[in-house]
Amino acid sequence: MATKLVPVPSRAMVPERDAGRAPILECVNLGLTIGGLKIVENFNLTIGRTEIAGLIGPNGAGKTTVFNLLTKVYHPTTGTVLLDGQDTAGMTPAQANRLGIARTFQNIRLFKNLSVADNVKAAMTNDIHYGLFGAILRLPRCRRQELAAHHRALKLLSIFDMQSLADVKAGSLPYGAQRRLEIVRALATYPSLLLLDEPAAGMNPSETHELIDSIRRVHETFPIAIILIEHDMNLVMNLCEGICVLNFGRVIAKGAPADIQSNPDVIEAYLGRQKEG
Amino acid sequence: MKRLISLKRPEARRVYGTYALVTLAYVILQIMISTRTLSSSMKGMLVPICAYMVMTVALNLVVGVLGELSLGHAGFMSVGAFTGVACAILLQSAVPWAPLRLSVSMAAGAAFAALGGFLIGIPVLRLKGDYLAIVTLAFGEIIKSVLNNFYMGVDKAGLHVSMLADTTGLLPGGRLIVGGPMGIGGIRKIATLDAGFALVMIALIVVYNLINSRMGRAFQAVRDDRIAAESVGIDVTRYKMTAFVVSAALAGAAGCLFAMNYSTIVANKFDFNTSILILVFVVLGGQGNMLGSVAAAAALTILPEKLREFRDYRMLIYAAMLIAIMLGSNNAAVRNFFARLRSFGRASKEEASHGH
Repeated sequence: MATKLVPVPSRAMVPERDAGRAPILECVNLGLTIGGLKIVENFNLTIGRTEIAGLIGPNGAGKTTVFNLLTKVYHPTTGTVLLDGQDTAGMTPAQANRLGIARTFQNIRLFKNLSVADNVKAAMTNDIHYGLFGAILRLPRCRRQELAAHHRALKLLSIFDMQSLADVKAGSLPYGAQRRLEIVRALATYPSLLLLDEPAAGMNPSETHELIDSIRRVHETFPIAIILIEHDMNLVMNLCEGICVLNFGRVIAKGAPADIQSNPDVIEAYLGRQKEG
Repeated sequence: MKRLISLKRPEARRVYGTYALVTLAYVILQIMISTRTLSSSMKGMLVPICAYMVMTVALNLVVGVLGELSLGHAGFMSVGAFTGVACAILLQSAVPWAPLRLSVSMAAGAAFAALGGFLIGIPVLRLKGDYLAIVTLAFGEIIKSVLNNFYMGVDKAGLHVSMLADTTGLLPGGRLIVGGPMGIGGIRKIATLDAGFALVMIALIVVYNLINSRMGRAFQAVRDDRIAAESVGIDVTRYKMTAFVVSAALAGAAGCLFAMNYSTIVANKFDFNTSILILVFVVLGGQGNMLGSVAAAAALTILPEKLREFRDYRMLIYAAMLIAIMLGSNNAAVRNFFARLRSFGRASKEEASHGH
């Protein structure tokens, strides 16, 4: 059943259940210019606390650039990103993560030489509290926290049924499992906003179907907001409550899946204009 | 509940296996010394070998685990050597028991080297890759130059320090400890194999415990993918600094041990060549492989001595053998052979345990 989108004070639309609370993410007039070229221009987006949103558009539209702006890999030349009401200007990617934003990458970026469990535990670095001497002397506090972290990692891995792979080197996992591990690693930082960059890329229809279920399960387990970039329209239309369509760095349409599917500008961006004849 | 540290886990086996092998080597050496089957030239090399082992383990933490190239580690070794020896000389009458004096000196050497590592790390660790390597090289040379122009003496009025020329103006009866390019002379050789063994074990324990901690995972995350590491909230500069300072501290302790084995020590001993020598040990032993580091340091320190009978061709043969070992250890066929050997050993062990 389609989620009803309702306006918040800034007149942006969010799912009805999130309307009572401040949005988790607000992009206001975001722009990035590199060498005179406007990569992203006048980008406005508001995401509700528990919304699953889609960011779609043809290749080269600037979708991943938007993710890089949100995670502070790039700094915007204009506009602001408000995460949980806080301005993220001047933050590093690590600081943005600590504020509650986590992501996966279009080209998988795992810690290849670490085990699956260690990949997840590496993402918990800021959540494990013991000092340098605690680590060197392996004090009881350190042992306790390591054990707790290990169990937490296994629990997170169990969302994707990967706990049996805990000791496998991440680089030697099959492709689909690597994509899933990236999502688990992002979740290990306990984000309030999760960005998934083409999670279904390179997956066959049955794997994509499993992924849809897994993302739903993540969303049920953790009440967080998710934005995903995806070319698989089946996945997007199935999962997303609100969709934002980007073309040449500009938003050309925004709204519920049904509205987007019938929007003439979107059809034109993807298929081109029909010849007058 | 499954225990985290269990010998069934491959990394735990590797860690405890390394401790056991190093201890075994020490016991064998002790037996050889007591039965007088060790040549005196070999005996003289034991302490330097231990110092090089610690240096290699320390550098491997930066090169193999953190993934940054440091070409100036001999600089930290010399900071540790000079401060450690100076400390030992100052404590000569206060602490008559040599092992304690050596321990305190090594701790002082480690502390000063760590401080040096921290100060140098502030500008250096903002860089990455080749640029970082080149700047560490420069700092290694700077440390050498500073120590070559450093004078320190002690008399009844206390410590006197001067740079460039000896203007310490010591009172009669005072002693010049550090004499610029002359370095430190009249050192009492209190470094022993026991101290060397202890330091090697400490270095291994520190580095292994660190690798298997939240810091170690952060180091390796930065090495494998810096952008992904930042995306999960890892403060890259901070963890680089941690690894660098720990490595510098271990190098400082190693430098102190090394210096205490000679009667004089000069800054020129710790030059670029020494840094590269240690780097060769690291690469040959395998990046991130601490047992390999220890073995490579021992083998490549003994090798040139064993090649003395070739006289003029010694270094030529040494270089040729080094190239052969490098090619061999990178050869897929050779690696597979060793991997098969290991899995064969494990399979036969399991068979034996199942048979009963």
